[in-house]
Amino acid sequence: MTMHTFTVYVEDRPGVLNRVASLFRRRNFNITSLTVGHSETVGVSRMTVVVGTDGGGAQRIEAHLYKLIDVIRVEDITDRPAVMRDLALIKVSADRDNRPPLMQLAEVFGARVVDVAPDSIVIEMAGSEAKIDGLIDVLRPYGVLEMVRTGRVAMARGAGLGGSRRGAGPAAAIPEAEGVSYSV
Amino acid sequence: MKLTGAQILWECLVREGVTDIFGYPGGAILPAYDAMLDYPIRHVLVRHEQGATHMADGYARASGGVGVAIATSGPGATNMVTGIATAMMDSSPIVCITGQVGSRLIGSDAFQEIDITGITLPITKHNYLVTRADDVAKAVREAFLIAKSGRPGPVLIDITKDAQQSSCEFDWDAAAPSIAGWRARPHAPDASFAAAAALLNEAKRPVILAGHGVMISGAMKELRTLAERAEIPVAMTLLGIGCLPASHPLNFGMMGMHGEAWVNTAIQEADLLIAAGMRFDDRVTGNLKTYAPNAKKIHIEIDPSEINKNVPVDVALVGDLLEVLTKLMPSVAPGNRGPWLEYLDGLKGDSAVRDIQTLPDDGHLYAAHVINDLWRATRDTDTIVVTDVGQHQMWEAQYYHHEAPRSLITSGGLGTMGFALPAAIGAKRARPEAEVWAIVGDGGFQMTMCELATAVQDGIDVKVCIINNGYLGMVRQWQEFFYERRYAATPLSGPDFVKLAESFGVKGIGASRRSEVLPAVAEARAHAGPVVVDFRVEQEDTVYPMVPAGADLHAMIRRPNPIAETAADV
Repeated sequence: MTMHTFTVYVEDRPGVLNRVASLFRRRNFNITSLTVGHSETVGVSRMTVVVGTDGGGAQRIEAHLYKLIDVIRVEDITDRPAVMRDLALIKVSADRDNRPPLMQLAEVFGARVVDVAPDSIVIEMAGSEAKIDGLIDVLRPYGVLEMVRTGRVAMARGAGLGGSRRGAGPAAAIPEAEGVSYSV
Repeated sequence: MKLTGAQILWECLVREGVTDIFGYPGGAILPAYDAMLDYPIRHVLVRHEQGATHMADGYARASGGVGVAIATSGPGATNMVTGIATAMMDSSPIVCITGQVGSRLIGSDAFQEIDITGITLPITKHNYLVTRADDVAKAVREAFLIAKSGRPGPVLIDITKDAQQSSCEFDWDAAAPSIAGWRARPHAPDASFAAAAALLNEAKRPVILAGHGVMISGAMKELRTLAERAEIPVAMTLLGIGCLPASHPLNFGMMGMHGEAWVNTAIQEADLLIAAGMRFDDRVTGNLKTYAPNAKKIHIEIDPSEINKNVPVDVALVGDLLEVLTKLMPSVAPGNRGPWLEYLDGLKGDSAVRDIQTLPDDGHLYAAHVINDLWRATRDTDTIVVTDVGQHQMWEAQYYHHEAPRSLITSGGLGTMGFALPAAIGAKRARPEAEVWAIVGDGGFQMTMCELATAVQDGIDVKVCIINNGYLGMVRQWQEFFYERRYAATPLSGPDFVKLAESFGVKGIGASRRSEVLPAVAEARAHAGPVVVDFRVEQEDTVYPMVPAGADLHAMIRRPNPIAETAADV
């Protein structure tokens, strides 16, 4: 079993997130993370879904997703060169004495301090999940008060196809050889 | 043209070709019912909304078109759930329309408000919540496209009361389906066709596994051509029955849990399986680890999520079966598989069908005899048999020999008791020229027998054959085999079905001896209008052969004590 990362273009309509999330539950796959937000096209949302499964499972997930009427395009970018990022906000207990070493640590990790209060600071970091895990490890001894992470967002490198194009006819944007790209 | 949402609904349904609809009115769907009177729609008033969905399902399966059911919000909608799930599991195209409380009230727990789009999300191909009259036409047009395209299935449209009541400009053309994610039909790559043809032409012991997809795709002729050209025996799933005439020499019969022993043996010994429009359900594979161990597998299937789901396959031809077979055919070499066919024919001697011959004519009545006699009486007539779920369903599959596609309608995937009578009513509406028989156990009949009143009120001539053994027979059989005959909650009482029928204004006939079967069937057929025939059969009879759930397909339980044959029963 490996972690598979899917990018999923969906119509921006009420209930679509529910349909996608419900599909994973119904088919007995466990979502590790799911993010959703706007894509480059108005009316089209883009999801990044991370799921632990094997190759056959990943193929079936893709096929099942395509059966959802609101799903426009699915890509499994697990084995493709891709930029994968997580965003974390971490509130750390910090008085006047340990503020400087915390700020140094943040700098080493390429993170930023985005809020300073008398007894705490908030560090923002965007990066790979492993790198954020590393930052959290070194912050823990100082006292992590609160943390929030977005979960993975991902984009394949290179000029690749945008997924959300409308109008040209869906078949035009879909490589036929994939064999699973349609609604049934 | 300015119309109300309710008028637009009917305008669109009529333009989609709908003539018959099955439903039950109520508060939130009242505006639609009121508008219905002005449109050329024949409405069947059901006695329970589950019946409406099964009728729409039966209508769809008998006709090959789309069936439509309509109900009100809340309990009307939730009562449809079983029928929708039944249609989903068996890929049956139905459109269900439900009323919903006013859009302002959604989320307020208003009277008879229920989140039916949420409830039916995993059991529909798609569903719609329509809150504006402007959106009605597009939802209806898309619903019909989705329901009948690709792998068919149910679509639900939930329309708020205010969307039905308010008016807007109706423009049929502007409401044409536009689904951003829609894909044309899939086409498997040429290389896969070449690989499939190579496997086919090399195989010495191939078997075709034909499923419901043959009927849905309308590929009966192509399947037959493939079987005849390459000399390949055809085994069928329960829902595949009828895709090749039972009398065809290459039709080997049903596979699986209660399939013919030689069919399962053939699958286990095959070197190639060609799965055509079937999905390797657990009821046909048995233990997956030992399933067809020596066979390469070709899977022809329109739904890519079925590929490698249960059984890993060597070649997948994703696409419409008719198109795939048509494209594949020129590469298929004429076969000469005499030795394989002769070997399989030899196995037939050791068969389930002999069981019917070995049943004693001892004054008791056996269900197998009833069903076989019913077949003999109706074999020369255009007959649709609709079965319920359980022992009688398996006996029907074994002892009623179907020559025509869409002549057997049954709940396969979901196994819904109570399906037969309402689905038969729907089938009769779809094909009034056909003789329609519902074969049903005394358990399943008592689940939806209220629909007898529907048949009477709307003049729908269905014949009901009750296989009455006083038990929930299939469950009892499992208790006999696997629970040491501890019959927990399976003995079942019931009313006097003959008197019950008469109280509905339906002709009732009772039979409890072999000699009474054919006269009872003849009397039922001669009567214009619905008839209930109560066949009081042997109580603890058993469906043989049987592959226990999860066991190896070749490990069948056979009838233990063959009894002397009676020649008259052949």
